Amino acid sequence: MSTGSITRTGTVVPQEQVVRYTFPERAAHWINGIAYSYCMFTGLALFTPFLYWLAAVFGGGATIRFWHPWVGLVYLVTIFWMHAKWKRDMVAIPEDEQWKKNIRPYIENRDELVPPQGRFNAGQKQFWWVMFWCTFILLITGIVMWFPEWFSNGSTRGLHWLLTVCVFVHSATALITIAAFIIHVYMSIWMTPGSMKAMVEGHVSRAWAMAHHRLWYEKITGRRN
Amino acid sequence: MSNGLMEIKQISGHRGGTPGSGVSRDYDVCKLVDTTTCIGCKACEVACLEWNGYEFRDTTFDNTYQTMPDTAWNFWNLIRFNEVVNDDNSVSWLMRKDQCMHCADPGCLTACPADGAIVQYQNGIVDFNQANCIGCQYCVTGCPFNIPKFNSATKKVYKCTLCSDRVGAGLEPACIKSCPTGCLHFGSKEDMLDLAHKRAAQVRANTGWKDADVYDPEGVGGTHVIYVLADAKNPEKYGGLPKDPTVPFFVKMWKGPLKWLGGVGLAAGVLGVFMHHIRYGAKEVDKAEETKP
Repeated sequence: MSTGSITRTGTVVPQEQVVRYTFPERAAHWINGIAYSYCMFTGLALFTPFLYWLAAVFGGGATIRFWHPWVGLVYLVTIFWMHAKWKRDMVAIPEDEQWKKNIRPYIENRDELVPPQGRFNAGQKQFWWVMFWCTFILLITGIVMWFPEWFSNGSTRGLHWLLTVCVFVHSATALITIAAFIIHVYMSIWMTPGSMKAMVEGHVSRAWAMAHHRLWYEKITGRRN
Repeated sequence: MSNGLMEIKQISGHRGGTPGSGVSRDYDVCKLVDTTTCIGCKACEVACLEWNGYEFRDTTFDNTYQTMPDTAWNFWNLIRFNEVVNDDNSVSWLMRKDQCMHCADPGCLTACPADGAIVQYQNGIVDFNQANCIGCQYCVTGCPFNIPKFNSATKKVYKCTLCSDRVGAGLEPACIKSCPTGCLHFGSKEDMLDLAHKRAAQVRANTGWKDADVYDPEGVGGTHVIYVLADAKNPEKYGGLPKDPTVPFFVKMWKGPLKWLGGVGLAAGVLGVFMHHIRYGAKEVDKAEETKP
């Protein structure tokens, strides 16, 4: 590794690179990612018998039933952590509408036709808000599913219908997040080289920053306010 | 059934088969609870505890003749007691033996995600296998009768087995054996339905209960525990027996369309991004730049 400088937030920045994600941002992201992945795999095991074998991978059905809600809370906390870090960058800007209109060239990798984007492009923002709001739905329905015994005694039996709604909504919401998650993982690992390094090591090349997030790059380099 | 294989087909020294040969019927077991002759003695509650080896659990006195407020993980058989004022201001003491109904279309089994935790036998008994139970309580979600009960210490769910261990050995369930009035009957579903309808007709003919009838709810495909109710039009007044129980709508949607949609969607999503990759590849910015440390 060439000589670089260590920023105050714990990122080693080689020459000709810029900081993309600080250490706290990366930590929040990866703790969240691990927690989400655990919840996704164990949730799928409980969702469909075709994937119940996943329970064995994670220590058996009773084990995943115990841990899934707790790890879900880790996911919840780290979502809030990321939200604190990124909420300003996730706000919609006028250029987002341009991006959404040009989603087709973006998908087809004709990026020269895609308008310049801020720190996160409109698609990343959509992914973020889908995950963010689905988290609340998963939390509320998940708490109900954590303690179904609340609905199996005489006094609360009248609310049993709520339990049936919650299992359905929890599963449906989780499936929406998984659809978003598949795209997220694909784009970070395969579709956009450099983004994985950005989230692991924290820095990107100037060329990468200029190509994918020109407005952000101009801002951090002082070329634009 | 295995016994059917040993039924005699031909016999030496006879013309044709034996009398009754070739006659077969499905031997679905069934428990008949005739609430009109139940005196609420609770012998069945005791027999259930004794056979299944449970201690009598603590209870609370709530000014009724009901042993405890609800069934429990270790109390599967409860005589529900309701004092009901009838239209003519007379009072009825309604006793109903509450336990697992052993639905032909069991919502608990539909909802259960754990391999082998709930089984339905050919004879109609729906049984929990605690060794495979993971404690998620989806069965609680699926049951329209509020029967499965969670033990927070073992993290397993328990319920009435219809004495599958006794029935398998050719015995009647423990509750049946203990009943002093003969309000509990056990036999084939066909025989029990026949007996139940005869009894309901008898009640209608000889008492003021013109709505006496049999409770064998179609919404869950019929049950392997059936009731004779003096007022079958209002089953709710018998300790909340649901009028038209079904596997809950959202449980059916969850374990039906959503399960398929989710599975197909997942596969399509993974295949979709793979197809994208082989069609459009990656967003290369500057290889030389990217490979720098």
